[in-house]
Amino acid sequence: MKQQPYRLPTGGRIERNRPISFVYDGRPYDGFIGDTLASALLANGVRLVGRSFKYHRPRGVMTAGSNEPNAIVQLETGAYAEPNTRATQVELYDGLTAASQNCWPSVGFDFGAWTSHFSDLFPAGFYYKTFMWPRSAWMRYEYFIRRMAGLGSSPRVPDPDRYEKMHTHCDVLVVGSGPAGLSAALAAGRAGARVILVDEQNEVGGSLLEETIAIGNDPAMSWANKVREELIALPETRVLLRSTAYGYYDHNLVMISQRVSDHLGLSERSTDIPRQILWKVRAKEVVLATGAHERPLIFPDNDRPGVMLASAARSYVNRYAVKPGSSAIFFTNNDSAYKAALDMHAAGMRVSGIIDVRSDISGSWAQSVRDAGIPIFENQVVVATHGKSGLKGVSVMKLNPSGDGVDGVTQRVHGDVLCMSGGWSPVVHLFSQSRGKLNFDVAKNCFVPGTPVQASITVGACNGSFLLSDCLREGFLAGTEAAKNAGFEAIVPDLPDVQEPELTEERAVWETPNRLPSGRGGKRFIDFQNDVTSRDVELAAREGYLSVEHLKRYTTLGMGTDQGKLSNVNGLAVFSRCTGHDIPALGVTTFRPPYTPVTFGVIGGRDVDHLFDPVRKTPMHEWHVSSGALFEDVGQWKRPHYYPQDGEDMAAAVKRECEAVGSTVGIADASTLGKLDLRGPDVKKLLNWVYTNAWNKLETDRCRYGLMLGENGMVFDDGVTTKLSDEHYLMSTTSGGAGHVHQWLEEWLQCEWLDMKVWVTNITTQYAVAQISGPRARDLLAELTSDIDVSPQAFPFMSMRCGTVAGISARVFRISFSGELSYEINVPANKGMALWRALMSCGQKYNITPYGTESMHVLRAEKGFIIVGEETDGTVTPMDLGMDWIVSKAKKNFLGKRSLSRSDIIKSDRKQLVGLLTDNPDYVLGVGAQIVSQINESPPMPMEGHVTSSYYGPRVGRSIAMALLSGGLKRQGETVTVWDRGNIVRAKVSSPVFYDRDGDRMNA
Amino acid sequence: MFQIDCPFCGPRWQVEFVCGGEAHIERPINPDMLSDDEWADYVFMRTNSKGMHYERWCHIHGCRQWFNAARDTVSDKIHATYRMGEKPPELSS
Repeated sequence: MKQQPYRLPTGGRIERNRPISFVYDGRPYDGFIGDTLASALLANGVRLVGRSFKYHRPRGVMTAGSNEPNAIVQLETGAYAEPNTRATQVELYDGLTAASQNCWPSVGFDFGAWTSHFSDLFPAGFYYKTFMWPRSAWMRYEYFIRRMAGLGSSPRVPDPDRYEKMHTHCDVLVVGSGPAGLSAALAAGRAGARVILVDEQNEVGGSLLEETIAIGNDPAMSWANKVREELIALPETRVLLRSTAYGYYDHNLVMISQRVSDHLGLSERSTDIPRQILWKVRAKEVVLATGAHERPLIFPDNDRPGVMLASAARSYVNRYAVKPGSSAIFFTNNDSAYKAALDMHAAGMRVSGIIDVRSDISGSWAQSVRDAGIPIFENQVVVATHGKSGLKGVSVMKLNPSGDGVDGVTQRVHGDVLCMSGGWSPVVHLFSQSRGKLNFDVAKNCFVPGTPVQASITVGACNGSFLLSDCLREGFLAGTEAAKNAGFEAIVPDLPDVQEPELTEERAVWETPNRLPSGRGGKRFIDFQNDVTSRDVELAAREGYLSVEHLKRYTTLGMGTDQGKLSNVNGLAVFSRCTGHDIPALGVTTFRPPYTPVTFGVIGGRDVDHLFDPVRKTPMHEWHVSSGALFEDVGQWKRPHYYPQDGEDMAAAVKRECEAVGSTVGIADASTLGKLDLRGPDVKKLLNWVYTNAWNKLETDRCRYGLMLGENGMVFDDGVTTKLSDEHYLMSTTSGGAGHVHQWLEEWLQCEWLDMKVWVTNITTQYAVAQISGPRARDLLAELTSDIDVSPQAFPFMSMRCGTVAGISARVFRISFSGELSYEINVPANKGMALWRALMSCGQKYNITPYGTESMHVLRAEKGFIIVGEETDGTVTPMDLGMDWIVSKAKKNFLGKRSLSRSDIIKSDRKQLVGLLTDNPDYVLGVGAQIVSQINESPPMPMEGHVTSSYYGPRVGRSIAMALLSGGLKRQGETVTVWDRGNIVRAKVSSPVFYDRDGDRMNA
Repeated sequence: MFQIDCPFCGPRWQVEFVCGGEAHIERPINPDMLSDDEWADYVFMRTNSKGMHYERWCHIHGCRQWFNAARDTVSDKIHATYRMGEKPPELSS
């Protein structure tokens, strides 16, 4: 066991009987279970933990919690790598490996530190101002800027961990398990309410973890653990530790990220337990007991390693038994530094003195300090810090009588830790996220929660109540009230006795007065993580920025992983001084979730890989797989794209498949087509409403094609509907369109036509559909059925017959999307494979050829059949498609009808569907290629339309394309110019029907 | 994420619903009698209230029923939900 030179021999909440070792920046160190990475590094005397973001200045640990701006480290390597973790929140485990970030080649000697010497050249907005010219060069600059400014690096391999999500409800959710949170949870829990208590740390206690004051007759943490035990024993109460409530959303929804196994060594982790759990908690009442963050003071070189918050120093001494240095100096405007000074003195550290901006300091805290022999430098400020990569001492000066400058001579105070306290800022993040407005409390110099908007109560330090006894009292009252609001009878528990000194008044000081104006001397940092100084804020004010939101974006104040937890209020105060507006008038930037960074893993949970989106497969899927089909995603469906044979490429396979359909027979899996079963006395009426054509004369067993419009007159779906009986129809929709159309019909039926009697059922997946197409399709069908007369007279085009195919009860539709003689055979889904195999084996003699969606599209394009979503894009009317024939003139009313006579819709220069035949019959245009009316050397060029579908058509023997062309319906025969990926192509405007215009083949 | 009280199923999370926009817009009985502007008003124009807003929701991953809700767009508090055909409750934000 190597020595930990700064570890105190006794005390702390570390487990001294569980020593562990870890590696930081390649060097081995030792620590204990119960340490954070930061406390263990300090125990080992590691003070330099990182380099700052912009100036690459040496930085040390500044805090002991989620507000840490400096000790941002890269945790682990390979798949377990996690960038930008706060060393102050990383629980130490055996074998932990971490490295500092943003430094090269090493944290001790960092090449980027040269920027600090030229910092006059890097004011706020530097990048915006400098790298904008010439504009085209930004791409080149960006590479280097990003390299210089980056934080950690993300892992390059998939995340090996498992994450879960939990949804739950509770009566009272208490956020924060400090004295206020614990007492709130206890009061509500005793009333019988379902309570969830959540805290980001590994134990309950919050500020009690480093508290020396007793509660009742117990040390503070004994009281806290008793409360925890009582809560756990209650049947309806849950205590979530290592869990951060990071987002407060509508209707009292609070999101919590629980780190289940992050604190375990990599070898101890197992996929049996998730790494993290995302809790989505819907609470009747929320109690916010989120505490407060101490603020830094702003003075020259206030970022030197060794400068930290007084509360952090106290936490390291009391909770982790670590001396943050050998001798401490304090710099404060309030009493809380006195507490810390006394604790460090008691732990045997040398305390060189307390520099306090206040004068005539009285009260029992000051008395205790004086009794301990610690000098107090009243009415004085730190004007400089000394040391290179670590603090060695500070210079102090007296404030002048008006308090806005300094007088006299400087005095040197020695010490290697400077503990500063500029007062406290309540952690109002969640309250603010819940849409509650904040009020500025002038006496306490901080923003406190105003009136809540949601069912929530704020207590303790989060409410600006910094005395322990106030925290307990407010917690008990809030817990009782919350339980009552949630419908429970509750009584306020008895308040334990707490002996604590009263606090004396704090003096509002932000940037402390100095000999030099703020632009000179050492840098005075406001935002340590983003290297924003008071000078940058002054510059922004001088340049006319007035809104805090703009200030943030211009100077980057309050950005980064800490989101300004230390800097927001200080930045505002300096901005207020520069602009002359007081702090409440300036307001605060919006607090947005998450409170601390949340892993993408836990947000994704199990919804990754194959569980990200459902995959839908047809009943014949396995046959397609074993036949070598390549698949295409159509919505969630996997559809065979084409079936390559003997090393065919797509073009060759598609040509072979199309030729088979044109000459013998092809077979395609059409199971994915949407199928809606419509029943009831008013189906016909409904069809007349939702389709543009008339449905009154459709006979039983006959099929009709229809276009569905939105009320704006634009085509949104098409399909064939078949009348099965007077009160029973079967509607087909596009693949993937069934859900949308179903919803559309239901919305009208439920919201507008409440008296219409129609029942709509989506039966898409109840049926498997094999489509056989080609001149021999009839012969094939005839062989497999004995009860359907397949003769053209008995079974004409656009009709349906029920019967048995291959021994399976089937509905056979004679409809065609390929332009050939074609049947769609519908059987119950579980018979789909049997039907398919029967067709394949019987069709062998006709050289039956399976074809995929690509051939399907080629065949339909040759026929000029549109696909909704290819030829249409939500701005296309039936007239634009040249389909006036399907729009009933006789029907008085149907959805979208009135829009078809709007002035914009009847304009003659609308884009209309045409065919395009390129002058070179082998040239296949690109989909999306632009038809232009004038050729310029480079785009832009005046555009008149675009290609919507384009293929080589094997049955036509040349390339074909469909396009939407301005005024296209009247431009047949014209030659147009198409700009296609840099090629200029000439093409003749034609009818979009390229094959079998009279329909002889499909009617055969 | 809201918690919405489906009039048929009770309170459920918003993920189970889709919003259908402003409620109580009746389809004109004789669209042919309307000017382009009047028709466009029905098809395209919706109120964008700050405060109480009546809107249509469908419990699409539940009972698949459409219903109406009165939601305050400032606080997102849902003051009432009621079935199609029922009169909207009198509310003020």
